[in-house]
Amino acid sequence: MAINKESNAYTIIFAVIMVTIVGGLLAFISISLKPIQKANVKNEKMQNILQAIGDSTLSEITREEAGELFNQYVIKRVVLDYNGNVIGKELTAEDEIDDKNEQDPFNVNMRGEYVSEPDITKRNYPLYVLEKDGERYFVVSFSGKGLWDDIWGYIGIKSDGATISGAIFDHKGETPGLGSKITEDWFQDAFIGKSISNDGVFKALKVVKPKLVSELKPHEINGISGGTFTSVGVTEMLGRTIEVYVKYFNANPGELK
Amino acid sequence: MSEVAEREPLFSKKNKKLITDPLNDTNPVTIQVLGICSALAVTVQMDNAIVMSIAVLFVLVLGNVIVSLMRNIIPGKIRIIVQLVVVAALVIIVSEVLKAYVYDVSKSLSVFVGLIITNCIIMGRLEAFALSNKPWAAALDGVGNGLGYALVLVVVAFFKELLGSGTLTIPGLGKIDVLASLAESSWYDNNGLMVLPPSSLVLVAIYIWVQKSRNKKLIEQ
Repeated sequence: MAINKESNAYTIIFAVIMVTIVGGLLAFISISLKPIQKANVKNEKMQNILQAIGDSTLSEITREEAGELFNQYVIKRVVLDYNGNVIGKELTAEDEIDDKNEQDPFNVNMRGEYVSEPDITKRNYPLYVLEKDGERYFVVSFSGKGLWDDIWGYIGIKSDGATISGAIFDHKGETPGLGSKITEDWFQDAFIGKSISNDGVFKALKVVKPKLVSELKPHEINGISGGTFTSVGVTEMLGRTIEVYVKYFNANPGELK
Repeated sequence: MSEVAEREPLFSKKNKKLITDPLNDTNPVTIQVLGICSALAVTVQMDNAIVMSIAVLFVLVLGNVIVSLMRNIIPGKIRIIVQLVVVAALVIIVSEVLKAYVYDVSKSLSVFVGLIITNCIIMGRLEAFALSNKPWAAALDGVGNGLGYALVLVVVAFFKELLGSGTLTIPGLGKIDVLASLAESSWYDNNGLMVLPPSSLVLVAIYIWVQKSRNKKLIEQ
């Protein structure tokens, strides 16, 4: 008995069977790979936080190593509100990062809040306290918008609560060769030694039109020629976010060493 | 042994042509002008081009084989949809695997992995070849066209990265500094246009020029 391949019934049955098989297969693959994918994202974030302190031995670590070393260096993590007050419980290196714990500073989704919470006073601001070779560092993160899509980054602040020790930036889709240069070392390294406050008074970091390094003020960083909108985006997210941490440092001088 | 002799050998002349033709005479990118979009966009770094080529090769070969195996049971009315589902499923698998095992590359390829679905080479080969040929021939056709695509991508990426960034990024070897240190210190400067998509148009055009001047039968009268 030959099956009529042109009949509607055959066509429909074929489509149903095919879609079921393909759907099941994809669901299976997605579920089995999910843990590895999540670990990648998590380790990358840890890698960024560790690298942001600007320490030369930590700057070369791989994603996997970062996952293992994170709790060795990050001694404390807290969430701040807009006024620099600690919300909830302080977590220490003893507390493993729990993906399900929304109170964990590590799980604060800066990008999600930037998109969904227009009121900056209601957003959460995570702060990481690191210790390496007896030196204390604070790492803060921020998220904003470049020319085309999201940009984000981390900066490390020295134990004086003002001087920047390192910076990491990343982007989703800035123009290659122009705005995308925010991920390059020369741009990130230019932040080292810059200052976020002057005697406790917040002074917003500013990415400016490139000029001689000797003419730059302590809060100015040379921008990227041709990447103006990305530079503006970097200035905006830094200015909006870092103020919170200056308030925290002012209110908690005991944290500074 | 007589049984084997009666069959067509696996690499008969005809089958070999399935692999070699797309590298030159019927190159999917330069001669058929398919899959141009990704050739323009994913060629800023060598490693991206290489991984993209492998991904397309994988989807093309498996897609060809699967469609070829199903060619006698696919209802004619929905054959394009069936092909699309096969391609889409394979692309999702590739994308998930990249995210899990080569996270950095999947980040830099971003949307282009998903866009393999719309790569005309793949649908073109499924419709034009796999639907009317046996699996082995379809697999070879997939390998040939995938390699033809890869060849163009890698050549374009080589020049774009070398002239645009002064480096060559090869998987496993990392970023090799060729001209970058020169650009920092002396008269030489990287060409910014080379990292942007428009330069690929120029490079692909030069590729076609060189190819046609070496292979006269490709010149249209």
